[in-house]
Amino acid sequence: MRNTQVIQVEGLTKKFGDFVAVDHISFEVEKGEIFGFLGANGAGKTTAMRMLTGLSKPSSGKGKVAGFDVLKESERIKERIGYMSQKFSLYEDLTVKENIRFYGGIYGLSKNQIRTKTSQILEELQLSEVGAKPVRSLPLGWKQRLAFAVSMVHEPEIVFLDEPTGGVDPNVRRQFWEAIYQASELGRTIFVTTHYMDEAEYCDRISIMVSGMIKALDSPDNLKKQF
Amino acid sequence: MRRLRFLIQKEFIQIFRNKALLPMMTLLPIIQLIILSNAASNEVKDVRIAVVDHDQSEISRALSNKIMANDRFSLLAAPFNKKEALDLMQLDEVDIVLEVPPDFEKQLYRGEAPQLQTLVNAINGQQATVGSGYLNGIIATLNKEIRRNEPLFFSGLPKHNEPVVVTSNNWYNPELDYPHFMAPGILAELTALLTIVLTAMNTVREREIGTIEQINVTPIKKWEFILGKLVPFLCLGLVLLTVGLIASKLIFDIPIRGNIGLIFAYAVVNLICVLGFGLLISNFAETQQQAIFVAFFFVLIFVLMCGLFTPIDSMPKWAQYATIPNPLAHFISVSRKVLLKGSGLADIKMEFVYTFILALLFNAAAVWSYKKQE
Repeated sequence: MRNTQVIQVEGLTKKFGDFVAVDHISFEVEKGEIFGFLGANGAGKTTAMRMLTGLSKPSSGKGKVAGFDVLKESERIKERIGYMSQKFSLYEDLTVKENIRFYGGIYGLSKNQIRTKTSQILEELQLSEVGAKPVRSLPLGWKQRLAFAVSMVHEPEIVFLDEPTGGVDPNVRRQFWEAIYQASELGRTIFVTTHYMDEAEYCDRISIMVSGMIKALDSPDNLKKQF
Repeated sequence: MRRLRFLIQKEFIQIFRNKALLPMMTLLPIIQLIILSNAASNEVKDVRIAVVDHDQSEISRALSNKIMANDRFSLLAAPFNKKEALDLMQLDEVDIVLEVPPDFEKQLYRGEAPQLQTLVNAINGQQATVGSGYLNGIIATLNKEIRRNEPLFFSGLPKHNEPVVVTSNNWYNPELDYPHFMAPGILAELTALLTIVLTAMNTVREREIGTIEQINVTPIKKWEFILGKLVPFLCLGLVLLTVGLIASKLIFDIPIRGNIGLIFAYAVVNLICVLGFGLLISNFAETQQQAIFVAFFFVLIFVLMCGLFTPIDSMPKWAQYATIPNPLAHFISVSRKVLLKGSGLADIKMEFVYTFILALLFNAAAVWSYKKQE
């Protein structure tokens, strides 16, 4: 059973001076799971995620992502994960295709792989017509879905999504979750943070974070029974 | 290495797509070059002088005429007393007051060596020293003329007060053409400054927008990121230098006596050096304002201490040493030496060595201080 756990975290802590942003959190995520982090702004969701993705160095505790140590092997982890940050992080002045090519190239994809990926993404997102347009000109919902697709350009085992649906309308949110389910069906593990309660219901399991600590962790149904 | 190609490609696309950047890199430098090369001149052209002539003799009038005839001086007033003249200086109307004592002519013919007094407004030190230098020249010429024209009067005098005559020739810039001297320096300065500021801003912009985080979450190597920023801006800097050189040649007809390839070879090393510095700054700045502010702090020191406006040789010793880590000082020295003097590689060896070491240091520091993980 152990080797199906793609994320294992034990007592992970992040301090900024006296302030404890993430306070000894422990949990495991199974392969192929959609794992949600629910909590208010400032509860420590993003900081926790940044530690798992190697963007932030944990103050103490240990963790493994995709079989690699978060403290010592963060660069190895980066090869195997995708990440979509809260801030929109594609290049607005590059076209849709150029963004895909750039991130594909950074992840070491071959020319052919990039070409295949590009047509695949454009087709799936129905963006073929705007492939040569700068990303700046796309509506926010499209941008978000493109950013999600680009974050998986190298077919990572785990995808981290930091409030991916912030600021988009409910319709786009639904579309976005459809895309998340699709990725999950391909066997990808999804780790997503949100502060929307209704979105939490789409997850297989959720953990509720309050001021740096995990206060509850279970499937949405079980949690509903408990509270 | 493949990653690097994608980074560079992306940077070039962004540079060419940025509507403000290319004119900024070509038009602005040319405008600056024209303005600064003409305006930033140490040449003293118009010295305003008041002559207080207590003597009113033939010789004192000849002196006044000589001053008036010299196109560097304009004789502004000939007041009758010194106080009037000093008032004019107080009002900043005149730069030099020349006082001719009474009985000047009489004393001169008696061989008593009369004294002329010059009072120089030294608020502008340059104007003062150069101006009084010119004036002394005029007086010396007059002195010689009198002796030549009136040999009878002076034949009895001892010859020992005949001064040693120093003649000087201006090598490398025989017409003392200021733009010839300034343009190569300003060109070097502009190239270095624009590239420092642009790289620093560019990288910090990625931090502000958040794209840098997306890059940090990829397995990219730190040196790849730094090199990916360095190469495109190096090319941009070389374009700027080419444009500037062509403009200086066309507008000021600056001499290009040395090997132009040598200039470019040195410029590559120098640009890598200043780009490394710009990237180093960007690693410590959170916002573009911060980056600009810090960049300006150093840029100002670099510019004021690079030998462009004030010669390094006349700085205090410690300040002369302080120009060694200043890449601009080396760039200016090289461009002047190669362009005006026709110096070869051997003559600019030290500049190459210093710049190379600085380039290594700055870039190593830039790679080291670039944090993929907080």
